[in-house]
Amino acid sequence: MTHANTNEGVIDNGVNTEALIGARCAFAETPEAAAFTFRSTCDWVDGTESINSINGYFGLGQDHERKQTFKIASDHPEVFAAKDSAPTPPEIVLAALASCLTGGVAAVAQHRGIQLRGVKAIVEGDVDVRGILGMDPDIRNGFGAVRVRFEIDADASDADIRALVAQSQKRSAVFDLITNPTNVHVDVA
Amino acid sequence: MKQISTVIVGAGQAGLAMSKCLADRSIAHVVIERGEVANSWSHERWDSLKLLTPNWQTRLPGFAYAGSDSDGFMSMPQIVSHLQFYAQKITAPIEERTTVLSATAHGTGYCVQTSRGNWYCDNLVIASGACAQVRQPQFAQSIPNHITQLTPLNYRNPSQLGPGGVLVVGASATGVQLALEMNAAGHKVILAAGQHIRVPRQYRGFDIQWWMDRTGVLDMGLDEVDDPNRARRVPSLQLIGSKARPIMDLNALQADGVEIVGRLAGIRDGRALFSGSLTNHCALSDLKMNRLLDGFDDWAAAHKLENIAAPHRHAATSVSSNPRLQYDLNTGSIGTIVWATGYQPNFSWLQLPVFDSKGRLQHDSGVVAPGLYVLGLPFLRRRKSALLDGVGGDAEALADHLTLHATTHAA
Repeated sequence: MTHANTNEGVIDNGVNTEALIGARCAFAETPEAAAFTFRSTCDWVDGTESINSINGYFGLGQDHERKQTFKIASDHPEVFAAKDSAPTPPEIVLAALASCLTGGVAAVAQHRGIQLRGVKAIVEGDVDVRGILGMDPDIRNGFGAVRVRFEIDADASDADIRALVAQSQKRSAVFDLITNPTNVHVDVA
Repeated sequence: MKQISTVIVGAGQAGLAMSKCLADRSIAHVVIERGEVANSWSHERWDSLKLLTPNWQTRLPGFAYAGSDSDGFMSMPQIVSHLQFYAQKITAPIEERTTVLSATAHGTGYCVQTSRGNWYCDNLVIASGACAQVRQPQFAQSIPNHITQLTPLNYRNPSQLGPGGVLVVGASATGVQLALEMNAAGHKVILAAGQHIRVPRQYRGFDIQWWMDRTGVLDMGLDEVDDPNRARRVPSLQLIGSKARPIMDLNALQADGVEIVGRLAGIRDGRALFSGSLTNHCALSDLKMNRLLDGFDDWAAAHKLENIAAPHRHAATSVSSNPRLQYDLNTGSIGTIVWATGYQPNFSWLQLPVFDSKGRLQHDSGVVAPGLYVLGLPFLRRRKSALLDGVGGDAEALADHLTLHATTHAA
């Protein structure tokens, strides 16, 4: 799929804004259809290695099956005495944040009539591993700070580009769930 | 049982403006008021509050500010006497100290039950105010008991505060003003800031409201916004009714020693949890302010405004690189939480199927149902609808609608 558009004056970032606006109208009428549940099933492989299978989700009042099952593996680097077969879970979270914000930038740019030529997000998260090793109760397990730097090439002013990035954060699911508390219920079958 | 063409609920600026418009159109009406004229302004505002709009911007139908300080800001006693004077001038037929208990459908009209008898009417105008209640988050119930919780409706002055620090939740007009005042009174103040609208009081030598008025921003109608529901939720401008500082913003508060943290996102085990989104909320606010000022500059250039001060931009909002993400409320260092989290109207007495699934009154530019009108809500018809200066235009339009409807009925 190419987003380069040869028609002058037509903004195409590959985002179907009309469909999204249509969805907004539909959900205003039937808010229950907007209730989605996403799922991932994680199987332990060996050591710290595990593989997630992601396919079905619930939404628009029914279960959905995709044409393919996506796999996301996770492991830890060798310095943690692991096999380093895949990224660590916190890196997957950083990746999720970057993808969520990047997709958001494209959607907002489309809505605002801004043609994007290139978007790159560089994400960093600081972790003091003494937290997860239980060495100091004052050190948290998770990221002490997360930084995202966008490099955006687009037909827009600096202020407009900054506004895209700001609006993308405002509407991002992963930004919300990293910056705000979430109740997590873990159970054993 | 009393019968009348129109009942207006509330004798604030909205009810009085409507009374004047109906009198001009010879529509018999009565204004029902639970207390006295301008009751909320007298009894539900803090002592130091001044209007956020300058005196010249208190234009009501057939009545404008005539004093000598047109750029000043009215105190609460001043706005109360201003509205009392208006009520006398237009000889509004007000039934004071009369509480509306309920409003129900009655034939093609309405029955308004009050503490002093029932009224039957063809038309009912709701002018009971947009700020009758404070919108508090659910988790306010989880605040430890030793902490005093205040709202802008019951806060008067810092003498009410017990010892200890204050957590002010919300950084719009109310939040910044209360944070400033409580900090000046010697309390440690933490201000939790979510979405807020940063604007300077003065810009290029003129009040911000002058710019908003002249450039047409305040006249913007519902057809000019993407999403009316969103436009109606926009928080109040971060303003204070004072020319003492050119801008009253998070930077000014921080310079005074107020600690700024992110939006209060929840309470867990007695700990206040603040969102990590402060940097973005400040960035959005700075971008929006500069866009607004750019618009004013363009307008000034297009209208060839000469001999005015040069364009000026304020420094970006300064945010700590590591704002506090939680505060243990059990330590006792915070004695008070102030909910400056916005207001909502109280329509609990309105027993009619006119609310959406979120309990919001549904209306089309102030027309709720045949013969049922509402006034004084944010962006009812225009950006300025909830301002003292905006309710008059809405009252004129709704009075026209009401008159036409009444004529149609009679014919």
